[in-house]
Amino acid sequence: MKTSGIIATLVLSSLLGTGTTQAKGSTIKIGAIFSVTGPAANLGGPEARTLEMLVQDANKKGGIGGNQIELVLKDSGSSPEKAISFAKQLIEEDKVFAIIGPSTSGETLKIKGIAEEGKTILLSCAAAEAIVNPVASYVFKVAPNDSHAARRIFEQMKRMGISKIGLLSSNTGFGKAGKEQVEKAAPGFGIAIVANEVYEKEATDLTAVVTKLKAANVQAFINWSIEPAQAIVIKNARQVGLDVPIFQSHGFGNIQYAKAAGPAAEGVIFPASRLLVADSLPAGDKQKPVLLKYKQSYEARYHEDASTFGGHAHDALLLLGKAVEKAGGLDKEKVRTALEGLQGVVGTAGVFNFSAHDHGGLGMDAFEMQTVKNGKFVVYNDMAAKK
Amino acid sequence: MSLDLLFQYLVAGITYGTIYAIVAIGFNIIYNTTGIINFAQGEFVMLGGMIGVTLHAFLPMPVAIAGAVAATMLVGALIEMLFIRWLRRPSVLRLIIITIGLSIAIRELALLLWGEGVRALPYFTGTAVTSLSVGDVHISPQVLWVLGISAVMVAALNFFFARTLLGRQMRACACNREAAQLCGISAKNMVTLSFVLSAGIGALAGCVISPITYVQYDSGSSLALKGFTVAILGGLGNSMAAVVAGLLLGTLESFSIWVMPAAYKDVIAISILLLILFVRPSGLFGNAEAARLKDY
Amino acid sequence: MRRRRNLPIVALALAVIAVQLLTAAAGKPQYLTQLTMAGYYSLVIVGLTLLMGYTGQISLGHAGFFAIGGYTSGLLTTYNLHPRSGQLLVSLLQACGLLVAGQDMYGADLLVVRPWAACVVALLVTTGIAYLVGKPVLKLRGHYLAMATLGFGTIVYKVVLGSSLVGAADGISDIPAFPLFAGLVVTGKSALRGQNYYVAWGLVLAAMALLTNLINSRVGRALRAIHGAEDAANAMGVDTGRYKLQMFVLSAALAALGGVFLTHYNGGIGPSEASVMKSVRYVAIVAVGGMANLWGALFMGVLLNFLSLRGSFGSYDDAVFGLILLAIMLFAPDGLLRAEFVRRLRGLRRGQKAAP
Repeated sequence: MKTSGIIATLVLSSLLGTGTTQAKGSTIKIGAIFSVTGPAANLGGPEARTLEMLVQDANKKGGIGGNQIELVLKDSGSSPEKAISFAKQLIEEDKVFAIIGPSTSGETLKIKGIAEEGKTILLSCAAAEAIVNPVASYVFKVAPNDSHAARRIFEQMKRMGISKIGLLSSNTGFGKAGKEQVEKAAPGFGIAIVANEVYEKEATDLTAVVTKLKAANVQAFINWSIEPAQAIVIKNARQVGLDVPIFQSHGFGNIQYAKAAGPAAEGVIFPASRLLVADSLPAGDKQKPVLLKYKQSYEARYHEDASTFGGHAHDALLLLGKAVEKAGGLDKEKVRTALEGLQGVVGTAGVFNFSAHDHGGLGMDAFEMQTVKNGKFVVYNDMAAKK
Repeated sequence: MSLDLLFQYLVAGITYGTIYAIVAIGFNIIYNTTGIINFAQGEFVMLGGMIGVTLHAFLPMPVAIAGAVAATMLVGALIEMLFIRWLRRPSVLRLIIITIGLSIAIRELALLLWGEGVRALPYFTGTAVTSLSVGDVHISPQVLWVLGISAVMVAALNFFFARTLLGRQMRACACNREAAQLCGISAKNMVTLSFVLSAGIGALAGCVISPITYVQYDSGSSLALKGFTVAILGGLGNSMAAVVAGLLLGTLESFSIWVMPAAYKDVIAISILLLILFVRPSGLFGNAEAARLKDY
Repeated sequence: MRRRRNLPIVALALAVIAVQLLTAAAGKPQYLTQLTMAGYYSLVIVGLTLLMGYTGQISLGHAGFFAIGGYTSGLLTTYNLHPRSGQLLVSLLQACGLLVAGQDMYGADLLVVRPWAACVVALLVTTGIAYLVGKPVLKLRGHYLAMATLGFGTIVYKVVLGSSLVGAADGISDIPAFPLFAGLVVTGKSALRGQNYYVAWGLVLAAMALLTNLINSRVGRALRAIHGAEDAANAMGVDTGRYKLQMFVLSAALAALGGVFLTHYNGGIGPSEASVMKSVRYVAIVAVGGMANLWGALFMGVLLNFLSLRGSFGSYDDAVFGLILLAIMLFAPDGLLRAEFVRRLRGLRRGQKAAP
């Protein structure tokens, strides 16, 4: 009996909750779909928390372009069917002005068409190139391209004279996308991938996999993952005596992973947003003020390290705000055009320059090559790294 | 494949296998006393690790681990008393579904309490990079801890069931519940005790493996699946066989990576499970000849 | 006798129409989206009720069949055969009219299987797999059966998650619409929301009619015998093995049907549809509806899926289903809407009244 009582209450509250329409003039309704729980929780969790924090702060200062923000946040749990249902709900019922998210590429690709059909701006926090290629006029992404990260890694490898590598990637969308980009770019840099394995994101020990790398005599290997298991790979590699340079992806962008891997993480090289090394950036750096502000407010509020993933939500809101200001109002088509025309917007992931054919906005310079030294992220310096 | 490489794969296999075997032993203890397969067994391992890390923040490691084990045993007892004890003649289906529900509830509670991040206890000896080497074969000291503590646990359990009064009472209950009750053994208490014991074993395992594997709120489910694959492989209820089966499965998985994409490692484990269920559901050691191995 | 049997079906049909008119009148036609999705999930649920409630065989892996159906259809309707148009098999298929040409999103030539052909193949593949898996699995009982079905579901999940052919973790996107007869199209486009709602619920009605007739026939009595006491039924000459297998395959086919149609409605599918948690949710709904209560399972399925798809449970979605499972199995193992339960409650009240 209690169960049906709870269910009845939930039915009532959901029916009441979705009845509101957007008040004209003084509020802007923004929808957000994040994977707060589920397989991509380490992406969606920080993203959701970041957005909630920033919306509150923005509203205290008058909102975006003078409009108070009303945030409708949905947890898709990385399920595409939920993302689809929520996207339709947000667009058709809640009539949101724009949607921020989803956290994963798989979900974004499923709702790309829905956002376009519903003429609602979608600012995805996922990275797949297919999100903005082919370009859909209302669909943008704020996460950097995997292909750029792969190329930065290969450039570094060339400088180090490496030509024979291993590639490990996790069985998630992020891992798969990275794997494709690495495989595509490698021949162009004259680098051969002699060992190529996909591992489970919930793997508990990867000694056998790194043993296989060792047997292939790789000169270095790339570990492309956004999951905690990437730290296990690093540990196991050092434990079996595989002492070659380890390259990670920008999925390593959370100091928690470096802490988890402990001393094994020393010397790992990876491209990532400058958010991770914000404190040590030179005083004149364009991004420094934005990065420090986000980092400090996130860490003060949530008592956990800021990660680059949460930064995507920050950038999405920032870009939307700038577009609304530029368009001078809440006309969807005008804001979309304004968004497309934004140049030189300084976010956490880099400096955004959108255009009609580039809805991703970030270039190779969005990344800074970084490494782990004494358990901290520092900018990677070729000279310093020579042993 | 060189001899060194062979041994390195073997070491990896033994690492996985011991972890699975510990979870399987937990299943077997409860199964023997109650006939229940406890789908929440993996969650006991997860809780042990999580609580251990939380306590370690302000207690020395051995005390933190002891605390985690005690706390998880309490959880095990509570689960049994609140959810299982008062059921009258429950069907197998009903019990399976109850433990599934419990596993989900505990997982969500862990998410609420600890968030989605990963945690680990520090390595008991050395760090994440230390390893002992014999030739080109490396093994992390933590793996030796896992092996050692597992061996001690198995020996302690053997002693408990063979020599102590309580252990013998539990075995009596497992053999024939009514007869045991006629002898004055409280079957209900034996059931609670089996949950407490399983929870404790799981928690200790969780603490010891956390430096290697990390614990996260949802670590329990994948461990549970492997755990009962091993339990069934060895023969449900036979914990010594579970150890052998665990090592076997771990080694098979490890060597499979040599020939197959690592992405399908779990598919191998489950295919073995299905094969055993179709061909020989009593497990590798589940027949009369091997009955003498079955102590608990 | 027959009129009484068909009454619930007619009532359901009327309810389906009434709901659609209500939502239109209340200015909330968008509710039909989630109702349509819930309808397709209901196909899985009523099939599972037949298997678990009536035949007494637990399945913790039924989401696997849904996924096999959806993924097969999705793969066939998106896999570009154009690069292979010279090959014998492709030319043959084209000659039979089973392929359709077009352009992909980048403007390149596309040659894929027609949706209705893909649907047929998907159903055949799923029933084939169900038969092959069911034969050995259904010989097991109790825990072993639960474990085997759980294993099966997990294998399907791991395979679709690991295989780059079906998009690995991203799944398959841009799945085309599924044109049916008489101008009906299964698609997610908001303009066609109404007709898609009726297509979905038309299928559900057909399934309910089939199942209720099945249950009230000789087959149904055999099933109840098997559920009650399998060995006794065997001794009486009921071919338990054959019936169990048939029901297993039928429930798998229904699940696959739901999978195919929902995949085309959504325009995509991901590995989450095959996850163990999904299978557990289906079991939870069958349990809370009353194990052997088709209508109860249908009602609870629609209610819970509707709420879940609208995000009413927030981040506690899984927790809600887990708690429902627990609560039902502890306090009302025969479900909430079971006749006996209701009678017992009425009996309580009567008992209080009768007290002197």
